[in-house]
Amino acid sequence: MSTAVVKIVLHLYVAGRTPRAERAIATLRHICERELANFECDLVIVDVLADPQLAEARKILATPTLIKEQPAPSRRIIGDLGADPAELLAALNLPPVSPEAQLSTLP
Amino acid sequence: MSRDLVSIERLQTGIPGFDHIANGGLPRGRTTLVSGTAGSAKTVFAAQFLAAGVHAGEAGVFVTFEESPDALCQNMQGFGWTIPEWEAQNRWAFVDASPQPDDELVVMGAYDLGALLARIEHAVRRTGATRVSMDSLGAIFTRLADTRMVRNELFRIVATLKRMGVTAVITAERSQEYGDIARYGVEEFVADDVVILRNLLEDEKRRRTVEILKFRGTSHQKGGFPFTVIPGQGIVVIPLSAIELKQRSSNLRITSGNGELDRMCGGGFFRDSIILVSGATGTGKTLMATSFMASGAKRGERSLLFAYEESRDQLFRNATGWGTDFEQMEHDGLLRVVCNYPEVSSLEDQLIAIQAEIERFRPQRVAIDSLSALERVSTIKGFREFVIGLTSFIKHQEIAGLYTSTTPTLLGGTSITEAHISTITDSIILLRYVELFGEMRRGLTVLKMRGSHHDKEIREFTIDGGGMHIGRPFRNISGILSGQFTHVTPSEIERLGAMFREEESESPPS
Repeated sequence: MSTAVVKIVLHLYVAGRTPRAERAIATLRHICERELANFECDLVIVDVLADPQLAEARKILATPTLIKEQPAPSRRIIGDLGADPAELLAALNLPPVSPEAQLSTLP
Repeated sequence: MSRDLVSIERLQTGIPGFDHIANGGLPRGRTTLVSGTAGSAKTVFAAQFLAAGVHAGEAGVFVTFEESPDALCQNMQGFGWTIPEWEAQNRWAFVDASPQPDDELVVMGAYDLGALLARIEHAVRRTGATRVSMDSLGAIFTRLADTRMVRNELFRIVATLKRMGVTAVITAERSQEYGDIARYGVEEFVADDVVILRNLLEDEKRRRTVEILKFRGTSHQKGGFPFTVIPGQGIVVIPLSAIELKQRSSNLRITSGNGELDRMCGGGFFRDSIILVSGATGTGKTLMATSFMASGAKRGERSLLFAYEESRDQLFRNATGWGTDFEQMEHDGLLRVVCNYPEVSSLEDQLIAIQAEIERFRPQRVAIDSLSALERVSTIKGFREFVIGLTSFIKHQEIAGLYTSTTPTLLGGTSITEAHISTITDSIILLRYVELFGEMRRGLTVLKMRGSHHDKEIREFTIDGGGMHIGRPFRNISGILSGQFTHVTPSEIERLGAMFREEESESPPS
């Protein structure tokens, strides 16, 4: 396995610390610690009530909204992220394939 | 205690004519639902509500669910709204909730529209907006499957806007012109104030109307009012039945351009009256309009002619044939001729154009030749509204208006035009062909002259290079107006004359 570190950046937009938001945060923390433990995982929580201009910049409508900013392609998921981590990872296209494999797919 | 008695405050929208039918404007601090089918000018209404606010020094926030801000700016440019400029000055802000081409929406679990609400609140605070438009709700319902959640969230947004004291317009789609107020049951959460925009197809002609369905707890004009969407202006509502009959009336007389006709009318037309000249084709209607304007020019009065049947060259040539030099009148600034085919635009647009011309040229006399041509392009209702709107406008200017109307048959008869407008006009002059022993003659009578005594006879007239010459009454013929002529022998005339002689001298002026 390659030692090159693939950085994963996840932005979660919430409107205040509602139960729904807490649920989404817990789910994400869980997968970062377990399923994505081998990667550098950057989880940013944005409270749109405190930083509405960030929501404006990314044109967020619903909360919670999760955006996988890195690696490309970006993915956007709305909702409190349910309960099944496998399903969530599949939707996010995570964990990322190794850099070698990624390179081989490039033209 | 007195709270309930305080009348609901209005916010003047600045949409021409709309505030009139809304009795002052939209209820301030509330959200009005503007509902309409596709192509009913909902987005224009929403944008114009904000643009008029910007012109009045109020900032606005536009929440778009459908078109992107760039597309909106471009589409609204034609109305003269420089939205990007206003954005830079913080007088206009977009909240872009339009679909993003690159975002593939995956839903996992429960969510709400908290981010949208936060963005709207932020935009309102940042610009100090007093007006918010949201366009249009259907788009968000089609994107998010959970309609119950969307409804609840929109209710929350409306409640927040109310708390912030802004006046808002929300547009929504309806599937039919007559039926449910809007799709997705949106009227359930914005039910206080509802405006409906319609785009009707009547007799193959498009007609736009705006109706205020309700303003809870306050008054408004009822029924549908025609409106039009014009470049450089946007929506212009024509508040017909809201027109007040309060124009002043003067006793000042002006000449018709024909001394004998003046005498028949009891001394000329009233300065601020509407005269209808009705006749079959070729009876001399355009001639009457021409001499009406020529006599104005002799007194230094300006005349404005709207011609819908003949070209400019034809009109000028005809006028020359009757001894009137239109070219010189125009050169002296006493005449303006506007020629176009009625088919080039809708009647609502024609009305706005006519009003603009009158306001620009400020004439003392206006002639429309002919109304029948305009009738062609409209529905009966639309035409009637047009005539009422035009008449009222001309009367408010306190100037004289002469309309011509063509009867469909050569002999006798009335036109549909007359039936619809005769009560609106002050004077009616009939020009009729009279068949007399194998010859076509022309007859003229003053059928109506509001507020004045007038000649009741049917007089013969001739037309030559000097214009119209009115002669003696037809004595030995009756049934001219119906077209069913009967010739009467002199002895019969004598007998009838004797029968009515006493009453005639006492007849009051009608």
